Amino acid sequence: MKKFLASIATVGALAAVAFAANPDDRLADPELEARAQAVGRELRCVVCQSQSIEDSDAPLAQDLRRLVRERISAGDTDREALDYIAARYGDYVLLRPPVRGSTFLLWAAPAGLLMLAAGAAVVFLRGRGGTPAAEAAADHQLTEEERARLAELEERAGGA
Amino acid sequence: MVAELGQLALLFALAAALHQSVFPMLGAHVGDQRLMAGGRASALAQAAFVALAFALLTVAHATSDFSVRNVVENSHTAKPFIYKLTGVWGNHEGSMVLWALILAGYGAAVALARGGVTPLRARTLAVQGMLAAAFLAFIIFTSNPFARLFPAPAEGQDLNPLLQDPGLIIHPPCLYLGYVGFSIAFAYAAAGLIGGRIDQAWAKEVRPFALLAWSFMTIGIALGAWWAYYELGWGGFWAWDPVENASFMPWLAGTALIHSIRVTEVRGAFRAWTALLALLAFSMSLVGTFLVRSGVLTSVHAFAVDPARGVFILGILALSVGGGLTLFAVRAPAMSSDAKFAAISREGGLFTNNLLLVAACATVFIGTFYPLFAEAVSGEKLSVGAPYFNLAFTPFVFISLLMIGPAAALAWKQGRLARDAHLFIAPALAGLVAAGTAFWLAAPKSTVAALGVALAVFTIGGVVRDLARRVRPLEAGALARFVGLPRSSLAMTCAHVGLAIVVLGVIGAGVWRSETVAYAQPGETVTLGRYDVVLSRVAETQGPNYISQGALFEVRKNDRTLREVLAERRFYPARGMATTEAGVWSTIRGDIYLTVGEPDPARGWVVRAWERPLAGWMWAGGAMMALGGLIGIAPARRRSSLAAHAPASGSTSGPAPAPAE
Repeated sequence: MKKFLASIATVGALAAVAFAANPDDRLADPELEARAQAVGRELRCVVCQSQSIEDSDAPLAQDLRRLVRERISAGDTDREALDYIAARYGDYVLLRPPVRGSTFLLWAAPAGLLMLAAGAAVVFLRGRGGTPAAEAAADHQLTEEERARLAELEERAGGA
Repeated sequence: MVAELGQLALLFALAAALHQSVFPMLGAHVGDQRLMAGGRASALAQAAFVALAFALLTVAHATSDFSVRNVVENSHTAKPFIYKLTGVWGNHEGSMVLWALILAGYGAAVALARGGVTPLRARTLAVQGMLAAAFLAFIIFTSNPFARLFPAPAEGQDLNPLLQDPGLIIHPPCLYLGYVGFSIAFAYAAAGLIGGRIDQAWAKEVRPFALLAWSFMTIGIALGAWWAYYELGWGGFWAWDPVENASFMPWLAGTALIHSIRVTEVRGAFRAWTALLALLAFSMSLVGTFLVRSGVLTSVHAFAVDPARGVFILGILALSVGGGLTLFAVRAPAMSSDAKFAAISREGGLFTNNLLLVAACATVFIGTFYPLFAEAVSGEKLSVGAPYFNLAFTPFVFISLLMIGPAAALAWKQGRLARDAHLFIAPALAGLVAAGTAFWLAAPKSTVAALGVALAVFTIGGVVRDLARRVRPLEAGALARFVGLPRSSLAMTCAHVGLAIVVLGVIGAGVWRSETVAYAQPGETVTLGRYDVVLSRVAETQGPNYISQGALFEVRKNDRTLREVLAERRFYPARGMATTEAGVWSTIRGDIYLTVGEPDPARGWVVRAWERPLAGWMWAGGAMMALGGLIGIAPARRRSSLAAHAPASGSTSGPAPAPAE
């Protein structure tokens, strides 16, 4: 053990890698803690890449985790806690951008694209003739002989 | 010497690629067989020279030749040999050589295909040659892997420890086989448009390449998620990071392509649309390359933050996409087909699938680029992260799952939804029961998760039910019928079930996870749900190029030890970096996921323990999807076309076996 601690002291860096969770930071009330985690997952660790503060090892993320828990413990709603932090750190910390004029396209895109796809499907497929059955039947004008042959082939194919 | 030879090999490869991009095209135009065959020679020469360059770079890495800058920056004498080899593609320059090698390999495959160099193949080789020339020039002029360093240092800087991992040995090659594989579809589409013919023969020839690329891309993405899961230490597997999206967008476009190409092959329909998807899939690959290599969006993966490189790739992107789309605009109107089909038909289902996938791809695209767009327009700095994407993307997944079963059961030309509706009663009931059970048992309670379970089970049930209709497992000759199924049916069944299993895994591991964090001294216990996790001991060991601090855990339940699990923290002195090696015990029910943190002298070690239900299903499902794609590559047997055309009639004959419930 001593040897291990010595090596830790020499390399140092292992200790510098903070762990993404510290038992001391957790709230005792599991319900509040669950809320704090949900809020934390909405917040970006600004010195990391695409990690939320709940997932990040960075000291800044740890500070924010504590701040979130302070606010939640103090009686903030989730929304209030998020607003509080966004007011101090900027909207950049919000992994879910607020809905407003400049993000309108972003928020309208999924539903808009879905509707566009549905519309395109309707337009394109409706153009496929109002009586597809009749059209398909016309496509399939088989003689009796052909029908018999087809049945035989299907039989031999074993499936279908 | 090795480095100079490598450099020369790259230059020769470039020369071959330039020849390849001109003469076969000319040959196809004037109908000169010799010029077209010359394309084969240059494609093979290009492949040989790139392979030589790759081999020489590998030699430099394997022998720790520190006179080569690329080796110095990414290797270390103490690095395990396997990582000396894989370190070749664990960096920007080397990975571009791997990219060029795969590009050349696909080109050689076209050149050597049975049937000789047809005009279509000659044009394909030419387009492929242009792409190869662009990427080889990119390597030679902006990313030379063979640059020397003088004086040569005595020791290298080692490879990023996060990349010294078994998952990372094959993640990049698989991903590149996918990214680059779509270049062949692109080249064939361009060649078909130039030649004015995109037909069933064209689709037959392109389909194996498209499926191969898609399958490897699926494996590559799954491996990347798996790696993130156990290596990054918090059990995340998909963060909607820009570079993850970079691989996801071509995957979505490619998924649309492999569905559409089937319609073109079987029915001769969707010709222009299939060509467009082929152009789109590779364009998305290039967009992904641009994202990764330019550093325009910083991310864990961005290993080449250099504006010159970004601009160069943007140039390649603009030329290929612009060229492809221009060609498309000019030629596509001539590609119309007169194949008839009703709205309710296999074709109609696949068309809707295509629209959904393209819309999903566009959604990911907009989300990924929105921060750039917003900053350029209004100077605002925004983040678009997982909460947005989860919300925006889930509807696409759910609608797809809802449609897969019924749509895949439709016959070509004219399906009968009403007649087949009874097939889906049992799967629907199974879905509802599963969703109810999940909602009742799983925590935290989530209606979205329950809905996802319902749809995934409905999909599996529907796909299996459709298979059962064809095979009639309870009647004589079921085995023969199963073996005699068209490959495409097996491929489709396998991949669709795989997708539903992935969705279940994501719901389990992503939504139903539970977690405990506590201090523990050796001998102490941390409670995780029904499990007791005992920290047995902590020991330090010396790895080849790292120091490991390993915590051995016993996972116990009802005072019985179920499993010993080792979680490590490693410190790599050469880079001064530490990594987490999570201890994971996987079963079909889910994972117990353990990590160990810093010690506190008084209270012990920080232990973080997760239960991640169904986590392994993500990897199993991903493997099934890829397997489905690979099964689909096998050439269709003669009889399959009959089976595919004939509307299934077996549903009225005999007792229908119930699907797995």
